[in-house]
Amino acid sequence: MRRFGKGWGGSVTLTFCLILVWSLAPKAVTAKEPYKVGAVFAVTGGASILGEPEKRTAEMLAEEINKKGGIDGHKLELVLYDDESDETKCRTRVTRLIKTDKVPVIIGPSTSGNTMAVIAVCDESKVPLISCASSIKIVTPVSERKWIFKVAPSDSHSVERIYEFLLKKGIKKVAIMTVSDGYGSSGREELLRVAPNVGIEVVADERYGPKDTDLTAQLTRIRGTGAQAVINWSVGPTQILAVKNWKELGMTAMTFVQSHGFASKKNIELAGGAAEGVFCPLGRVNIPDLLPATDPQKKVIMAYNEAYQGRFKEPLSAFGGHAWDALQLAVEALAAVGPDPAKIRDYLENRKNFVGQGGVFNFSPADHCGLTKDSFEMVVVKNGTWALAQ
Amino acid sequence: MPERLSHELKSVMEKLSLGGQLVQYLFTGVTVGSIYGMVALGFNIIYNVTEMINFAQGEFVMLGGLIMVLCAKVLPLPMAFCVTLAAVTAIGAIMERSTINPLKNATVLTLIIVTIAVSILLKGIAMFIWGKDPYMMQPFSGTEPLHLFGAAIQTQAFWVLGISGIVVLLLTLFFRKARYGKAMLACADNAEAARLVGIKVNLMVLLSFALSAAIGAAAGAVITPISLMEYDRGALLGLKGFGAAVLGGLGSFSGAVVAGLLLGVVESLCAGFVSSGYKDAVALLLLLLVLFVRPSGLFGNVEASKIKKF
Repeated sequence: MRRFGKGWGGSVTLTFCLILVWSLAPKAVTAKEPYKVGAVFAVTGGASILGEPEKRTAEMLAEEINKKGGIDGHKLELVLYDDESDETKCRTRVTRLIKTDKVPVIIGPSTSGNTMAVIAVCDESKVPLISCASSIKIVTPVSERKWIFKVAPSDSHSVERIYEFLLKKGIKKVAIMTVSDGYGSSGREELLRVAPNVGIEVVADERYGPKDTDLTAQLTRIRGTGAQAVINWSVGPTQILAVKNWKELGMTAMTFVQSHGFASKKNIELAGGAAEGVFCPLGRVNIPDLLPATDPQKKVIMAYNEAYQGRFKEPLSAFGGHAWDALQLAVEALAAVGPDPAKIRDYLENRKNFVGQGGVFNFSPADHCGLTKDSFEMVVVKNGTWALAQ
Repeated sequence: MPERLSHELKSVMEKLSLGGQLVQYLFTGVTVGSIYGMVALGFNIIYNVTEMINFAQGEFVMLGGLIMVLCAKVLPLPMAFCVTLAAVTAIGAIMERSTINPLKNATVLTLIIVTIAVSILLKGIAMFIWGKDPYMMQPFSGTEPLHLFGAAIQTQAFWVLGISGIVVLLLTLFFRKARYGKAMLACADNAEAARLVGIKVNLMVLLSFALSAAIGAAAGAVITPISLMEYDRGALLGLKGFGAAVLGGLGSFSGAVVAGLLLGVVESLCAGFVSSGYKDAVALLLLLLVLFVRPSGLFGNVEASKIKKF
């Protein structure tokens, strides 16, 4: 009797399930509305070296997700705009994403300057933004940044990691040179702010424009100050010029450290042989092969690496990784709470232990970045590629 | 012990005397300045013949650099240089025939706006062909820098100076001696009168575009090993060159060269001795000051500037 009852119950359940599946399945394909995610990257213009891999990654990942059936059966619709590395255009695009496309969450922009320019827009419209830029100002003060998150490590993380490394090498006097845009001035501020806390003396503070053709004047000035190391903070052609001029001026006895903005292998290629011996803090996503098997990020990074390399035939960059993290977080939030901006925000704020490309994130109401200085590894350019710095 | 000694020696070498620094800044300034000067020359040639400003001038420099990188990969340097010059000259000529020439009765202002459109177009095409990354090129002769009074000078700087010297020399000869050069100057003085004496003004305009494209290309080709080149660098070089052209007095060739050098040197000295942050500001301030005191520019003809439209 018991056996019969069990069997009977089982078949009822089975029938019920079949009916359920039968009734739901067509709906899943036809009736479920697509989930939109807005994206704005610097695909062209001065910061395109950031925006291009971000765009490629986001589009690749969105395709992958849709191939696997979308988000909970909803198709993922990525609405992606190019801000042309321009603050005004960026603000227009973000406004359009919110007002016209009505997206519940936005990923990007690529640069700190552009992110700062759109914070007010997102705040007013109460739409969460997951920025791919690094400045600490993007998420602080946290009371005024309710809707803003970021997945790129802060400049302070990078600065702390660099100083820790230099002190270990016995270097206490450093010269800094920074580009006069959002990225450079934010880095400069952190370099100057953290230095006295850890016992580093900044003996020279040089600046230059993002389209300058020559940096020998700045380096010559630095040369006269007795600095033991020079830290350059820029993205784009000037970071390559800085390395070239450093080599040409015969200043190689002075340790040269680049910011994490140097994190693309293309930069080593562009600098020719001049980049040999240059140090820089890198996210682990840049060095999948150097990671030990025990690294918690190894698995996600290797999977991303395989897909990206297979498709675009170019090495990973940290920037693409930021887009991966931002989109993945947005998709997770959509899957968990649906396309409600406020709920997405709450979900993101409480997300712990998210293993992404940029590190292991632990978001909290007090920290909308969720990373620490340990998300960086110090590496050195050796034989035209990265090697872990000892 | 010897290792430590050599390290100390190095750190002494790292410090540079004031004189050495000055040499370094001057050389950097003169090198960059001669590029500004060449761009300014390009502006002036077209301005003299047509009274218009060609805002695509910076784009010729960019194209010169990028085409040179491409050519240098497959051709020996002198050949690559000539091919680059020819290619960009052709682009300049095509630009004139396809956009300036068909507008028969357009005002100068319309023509200037057309050149802005062309510059955006050229930039877009370059982005399409070369992508957005900067391109590098090996210096023409050796990567080892030269040491002068403790300053390290890139050998390419001498190439920049040499080529711009040759350009200035050839231009001077062309305008003083050659028939076409004189005809172009005649158009500059009075286009109507030039037409009456049988000069084909139409042809002179074409020639002026071809010539300034060639000069831009030469500037781009020699500066690329120093500064790298990417698709959107033209605008800033064009702007600095325009500044030099105005500073020297629009239309004045010697003024363009001197003002270009002056601008480069002031920028470099300011970056070195005052503050690198105010470099561009000082250059602009200099330009403003000169324009306040002498609105026709350092070498501009006050009488002539009164009858010109700009």
